[in-house]
Amino acid sequence: MSETQLHPLIAKYARKGAQRQPHCAGCGNGIIAQCMLRAIEELDLDFGKMVFVSGIGCSSWIPSPFFNTDVLHTIHGRPLAFATGVKLSNPDLRVVVFTGDGDGAAIGGNHLIHAARKNIEILAILINNRIYGMTGGQVAPTTPHGMKTRTTPYGNLEYPFDLCKLVEAAGASYVVRWTTFHVKQLVSSMKRGLLKEGFSFIEVMSQCPVQYGRFIGIRDPAKMLLMLRDSSLPISKAKSMSEEELEGRIVVGEFVDRERVGLTKAYKKLLNEVQA
Amino acid sequence: MKTVKQGTYFWQGNEACAEGAITAGCRFFAGYPITPASEIAEHMAKRLPQVGGIATQMEDEMASIGAVVGASWAGAKAMTATSGPGFSLMQEFIGYAFMTETPCVIVDVQRAGPSTGQATKSGQGDVMQSRWGTHGDYSAIVISPNSVQEMFTLTIRAFNLAEKYRTPVIVLADGTIAHMREQTIVPPIESIETINRRKPKTEEKAFFGLEEIPPMPTVGEGFNVAVTGSTHNEHGIRFTADPTVHRRLVGRLNNKIKNHVDEIADFESYNIDECQIGIVSYGCTSRAIHEAVENAEKRGIKTGYIRLKTLWPFPESIIKKLAESAEKIIVPEMNLRQMFYEVERTANGLAKIIPLNKIGGGELITPEELLVKVEDGEE
Repeated sequence: MSETQLHPLIAKYARKGAQRQPHCAGCGNGIIAQCMLRAIEELDLDFGKMVFVSGIGCSSWIPSPFFNTDVLHTIHGRPLAFATGVKLSNPDLRVVVFTGDGDGAAIGGNHLIHAARKNIEILAILINNRIYGMTGGQVAPTTPHGMKTRTTPYGNLEYPFDLCKLVEAAGASYVVRWTTFHVKQLVSSMKRGLLKEGFSFIEVMSQCPVQYGRFIGIRDPAKMLLMLRDSSLPISKAKSMSEEELEGRIVVGEFVDRERVGLTKAYKKLLNEVQA
Repeated sequence: MKTVKQGTYFWQGNEACAEGAITAGCRFFAGYPITPASEIAEHMAKRLPQVGGIATQMEDEMASIGAVVGASWAGAKAMTATSGPGFSLMQEFIGYAFMTETPCVIVDVQRAGPSTGQATKSGQGDVMQSRWGTHGDYSAIVISPNSVQEMFTLTIRAFNLAEKYRTPVIVLADGTIAHMREQTIVPPIESIETINRRKPKTEEKAFFGLEEIPPMPTVGEGFNVAVTGSTHNEHGIRFTADPTVHRRLVGRLNNKIKNHVDEIADFESYNIDECQIGIVSYGCTSRAIHEAVENAEKRGIKTGYIRLKTLWPFPESIIKKLAESAEKIIVPEMNLRQMFYEVERTANGLAKIIPLNKIGGGELITPEELLVKVEDGEE
């Protein structure tokens, strides 16, 4: 592929030799990658002062090695812990974490709530496809109740997390949920999250036509996108609805947008006081 | 008060470790409370802000080492401190630090295990874990202090080795050394050698190969570095199926330690060329050897010893030398035989290797117990 044929965002932001995303056809990760790059482009941020940290799973391959800046592909479940070290050590860097529902909410769930509680100035994008994709379709802590997967062949006995509520309760400055259908809203929220002081959390409900699609019997990504659209419900409407009415719906929009001092800002103040 | 000044101090071992780290240039600490290592975190929390550094308590040990590895990529000399249970939890990230060639220091203040064991009692049960704890083919640099003084000086050395070889370094202390108080001498600060990682020149692009120890960029400085714990080429690009790339990378990572054993290995030795009985010892247990050797010599037994200050990579050549001279080598340890096997393997029949083991209650092996072994020379 020659440079001239590349999408301008790819030409500008992708690492040479790694311009192709490795995801399956129809995966939502490409949409999310593009939304991220659009947000950066529209804000005209210095890409070289951005650090992307990811864990293990499909979502972790969005920035690594695709984005042509510092990209740190870490271990399963711990990108937020790693990113905390990067950000605390150099608060001038803009740190973005890409994680998934397995990486960020199962094995890394503890780090997620603590990053939110600490309100460290990191933007975390959690891609929720409600299943373990890379490992072949096992149940996730976000898989709907009753659903069959490779490790719940008789149906899922457990109930899924509401991650936005969880992260909001833990103390994050900014919490929002969209789906891969809501690209304009997603770009806008990413821009907000990139500039927000404190911990910003964006959950993106995404389609996995290969694994999730297999178990619901719909493998057409376009159909899955429409399903995401049709099951979405703005948070303003959801507030007056009962739990039964909300069954199976995806509540989208801003859960919280509040002013709270970020951890590195607080630490900087402490350093000034101690060293005075 | 900034960094510590030249002088004589009456420090606790953990305090000396923290001050050694700060003297070496450590400016990032992340940890999780655990006996008998907590004083390191407490001291760092107080001291690091005074020198413009960051100290933070994380939600667990995995997060602690994760933050340390992240901070190292952001350019800081970074350290965490824990004990056996926390050290177990850190193993996956230690492997990541090895694979990504991230300098950092992990202090394991050993206590009696397995599991929660005797949390407040000292032990030496993590010797093999410090070498083989993470999965896959790797090599570890492990340092073994036996005094409060060495908690200071050898922690500095741990940072220097980490920075020089671009690899995680483990300080394998123990509850005895960590909690005792002793006189500690801080030499003139300008006489203390500190090594900093080699940074790449602007045009350099290979941060994971081509050279034995490649230069390490800092994130945010325009090198657009791709870091991954997956098998990668010299540019950090994943090659998860190519056998050649894997062999080349993992081979080099192990060789960069194996090829420098003589430079890394550090020990104190006495009379090893002409002794009948040798002792190989390390850590708190080695504090019994001087008195035992003195008394043995008074009784006409020619005795020599090697006191290891680094456990891994194992200093085979010096052990072999001792085995060539001594008929018997005693290996006292506060575990149920760990370094014993390594000494036996290295001696390869040249000397009879005799274990002396004691566990429980943090009870040390006494000079008397060691002397009995020297005199009897029986298992």
